[in-house]
Amino acid sequence: MFEDYFRQYALLIIFALAAVSVPIGMMTMSYLGQFARIRPSRPSEVKESAYEGGMPPFSDRPARFNFRYYYYALLFVVFDVETIFLFPWAVKYGVMSQQFGFAALGAVLVFLIVVTFGYAYAWRKQALEWVTNE
Amino acid sequence: MPEAFLDNSLWRNIYCVLAGDSSTCAARDYSSGFFPAGMEWLAFLVSAAIIIFLIVNAVLGGVIVLIWGERRLFGRFQSRTGPNRWGPFGTLTSVADAVKTMFKEDLVPAEADKILFNLAPVLIAAPALTVFAIIPWGVGTYVADLNIGVLFIMAITSLTTLSVLTAAWSSANRIAILSALRSVALLISYEIPMALALVGVIMLAGSMSLGDIIAAQGIPFIIVQPLAFFVFFIAAMAEMARAPFDLTEAESELAAGYLNDYASMKFGLFFLAEFMAEISTAAIVTTLFLSGWKGFDPIPSHFWFGAKLIFVLFVIIWFRMTLPRLRVDQVLKFAWKGLFELTMINIIVTAVLLAILPNPSTSELWIMAAINWPVAIISIWGVSKLLGTAPYSHPQPDPNAPSYPVGSESIPTDAVLGAEPSNAANQAPQAQQEGGN
Repeated sequence: MFEDYFRQYALLIIFALAAVSVPIGMMTMSYLGQFARIRPSRPSEVKESAYEGGMPPFSDRPARFNFRYYYYALLFVVFDVETIFLFPWAVKYGVMSQQFGFAALGAVLVFLIVVTFGYAYAWRKQALEWVTNE
Repeated sequence: MPEAFLDNSLWRNIYCVLAGDSSTCAARDYSSGFFPAGMEWLAFLVSAAIIIFLIVNAVLGGVIVLIWGERRLFGRFQSRTGPNRWGPFGTLTSVADAVKTMFKEDLVPAEADKILFNLAPVLIAAPALTVFAIIPWGVGTYVADLNIGVLFIMAITSLTTLSVLTAAWSSANRIAILSALRSVALLISYEIPMALALVGVIMLAGSMSLGDIIAAQGIPFIIVQPLAFFVFFIAAMAEMARAPFDLTEAESELAAGYLNDYASMKFGLFFLAEFMAEISTAAIVTTLFLSGWKGFDPIPSHFWFGAKLIFVLFVIIWFRMTLPRLRVDQVLKFAWKGLFELTMINIIVTAVLLAILPNPSTSELWIMAAINWPVAIISIWGVSKLLGTAPYSHPQPDPNAPSYPVGSESIPTDAVLGAEPSNAANQAPQAQQEGGN
């Protein structure tokens, strides 16, 4: 049983190594092509400039962007952690409901109600909207 | 875990042929293997390499076929022929494209962060390929059957976010960064409904292993869990950043989006990852909701899986051709205010049903389906009513606000260029000083 368990993960690691080596191999082949003179490599100043619709680029990396993105990042952290809490409960819910009946349901309902309060607060504060009409 | 599922495993068969009669293969009679006793680990590695070689090549070949098929279908949808020059029915078009991509000149912007710039294509292509490790293509045809399969899918697909941001930031391009920020907001917003939609499926199956989920599907879960399927399919479309959610690569606004400065094979890897994600999404939808490789007996399981996979791919392409692109505020509102509620309704309804009917048999699954469908239709209708009320309005300028300095009637005379400053303010302190003296 345990032997089989670890064998699955060993296979997964081998597959992941293969999956990493495939794109690296493709990029290496493409890179080596320029030494075999089957791929051109003639860089110039115009080619190496950042593409901004054909105009000469006039600025560096933008330091400013919409503050709204931070709202979504924070909300994502909160609700993604909630998802992680729900997954183990969902796996064992069938067993638990046979053993404890509606108590297993009630336990998670308390959790979901607390989460719903947070969700309603975020909605009330217009944190879920891209454009607020303030 | 069902014994037949493990026993027919492709890798185990190859391993047993290579390793000969060992403890793992006691149930089978393999009289002699290629490797002597005591070298089972080498047989294990070689058999793993064979299977991984097969699946990786099948996926890459599948991408080539999918690109061709998708372009042909686009042609049909748009009343034109599509690619039809190279090979019969244009089948060699994408092969020619792949070769051309490999041998184009590779341009790297002068201001780019070279290490991250080269890392980003690997970071997007490798996870997209790794997902295929756990997908069961037929009876026992998989690389690994993880006990946390669904969680693994969620974890590995969310690495896309990291790669998109890396690509945009390293290429030092303003358009790319605007695109990447939109993309990250889109991806993280849709990840939550996507994960929560699967909670219902996990509850019914009682396991996160894809093999167990297929075994639990006496009837396909699309019938038992219509709401979960609805949410998961839409969220998966958004995770792929395909139309109607393709504001990442909105051509008319952002050129090519975050991969603006990529050329040659690095661009090719982004392209490859996009289509691999399409295949893996279709395979996951097939496995979780369309009962995977299950079907009637005379037709082999692999054909069933392939047929369902192609059907789901067709539906994805159909969506892409039919629906126009959504605005960023619409997309985010839809995820947070629409899909999130639907998943919560689905979780609670499924939990209540499972508390009444624990360990459901096939007939009890039909009862659940009969309750879930009206719930799904009513809640989708309700949420669409809720979201469809307020039209978007541009923020209007306030007519009473002071419009200084441009076009203003009430510019203070002091500020007018060349006017004499009033001397009253300057003279007052002097007068005070004189007074003091």
